[in-house]
Amino acid sequence: MDILDVRGLSCPLPVLKTQKALNKGIEELQVLGSGNTAKQNVSKFAKAKGYQVEITSEINDEWQLVVRKK
Amino acid sequence: MDREKLLMVITGVTIGALAVLLVALGNPANMGFCIACFLRDTAGGLGLHRASIVQYVRPELIGLAFGAFISAFSSKEFRSRGGSATFLRFVLGAFMMIGALVFLGCPLRDILRMGGGDLNAVVGLGGFLGGVLFGVFFLKKGFNFGAAKQEKGTSAGGYAFILIVLLIFGLLITGISFNAEAGGPLFFSKEGPGSMHAPLWVSLAAGLVVGFLAQKTRMCLSGGFRDFFLIRETGLLIAYGFIFLTVLIVNTYLGKFNLGFANQPIAHTNHLFNFLGLFLVGQTAVLLGGCPLRQIVLGSEGDMDAATTVLGMIFGAAISHNFMLAASAKGVTVFGQVAVVAGIIIVSLIAWAYREVDV
Repeated sequence: MDILDVRGLSCPLPVLKTQKALNKGIEELQVLGSGNTAKQNVSKFAKAKGYQVEITSEINDEWQLVVRKK
Repeated sequence: MDREKLLMVITGVTIGALAVLLVALGNPANMGFCIACFLRDTAGGLGLHRASIVQYVRPELIGLAFGAFISAFSSKEFRSRGGSATFLRFVLGAFMMIGALVFLGCPLRDILRMGGGDLNAVVGLGGFLGGVLFGVFFLKKGFNFGAAKQEKGTSAGGYAFILIVLLIFGLLITGISFNAEAGGPLFFSKEGPGSMHAPLWVSLAAGLVVGFLAQKTRMCLSGGFRDFFLIRETGLLIAYGFIFLTVLIVNTYLGKFNLGFANQPIAHTNHLFNFLGLFLVGQTAVLLGGCPLRQIVLGSEGDMDAATTVLGMIFGAAISHNFMLAASAKGVTVFGQVAVVAGIIIVSLIAWAYREVDV
């Protein structure tokens, strides 16, 4: 599975980087990030593009989620 | 309507209503809220610039920071973090302010001005939109100031901003004058926009409410357009739409709606520089991850880079008035015009230099 690290990046880079990765045709992507805003924005974006989003871990401020093609 | 959209509508109506209320109680016209103008007044109140008509420590901003802090802290979103091109954020913050003070308002005041019938603000909005798209162009080319780091072991740095705000609040309510002969600091305008303000506690309370809601909703006009262009997400734009509608309706009801370009309160009719002023604000806002309002909110929730951006904005306000860059109702100075054009070029060069290759 491809891994994308967007921890600590300011808005809207987490979304843009997710978009770039998905546009390459990646079917399953693990995204590591930090902060609620980025988590919500990345999830919303992926769902809007028709992907499944599963949050796999959340420790303090850092989260991991997996984006899968439906 | 889902809960999130409802929160956006409530936020929009509340901010719009409070903005009109603050004007009714004494704030300058179409300036119930204006982050750029209020930071400029606060810079003057602290004695950082000498424009005697725009000096007042605006309690709205103090309330805004407290409200955002309370919201972030209670929802466990307060995080001490920083270290992403901090000095350049200061520089970009200064340019964001220079652009705002040539237009005469931040994006929020732009919406309030439109709600008062000021068509110059429509020109400004066009510029803002252009600037946002220009900023997004750099993002798509790989612009990245790098990752901020969450502080390990201590959160002290994250609290510094809110403690400074608290200190300034203390100075405001105790009324200590440090140099009585000079009349301050704190300095308070006796005439002009700085002398016009709602009662302190009303301004503070209004700021608290707006700060709380802005933190909850991640209010940001540049973010609103960005979300719309990227993912057709309209939530933030709905909030701004309802600010506009509320202000428009109440102004019309009160007979304060005055459609036109000429003779608008604290505004000028230089179309090119109304456009370019907010263009520079839109461009820097996208690169910094948020408009002036959002920077204060982020600073209050522990983001030291955003706090530095706010200091950069205060610095930008001070040099805008000390170096005669700021516009006035009479128009835009030559210095202001040069500064905005130079700002767009310099910010573009910085953005270009900070692009990641191979992403």
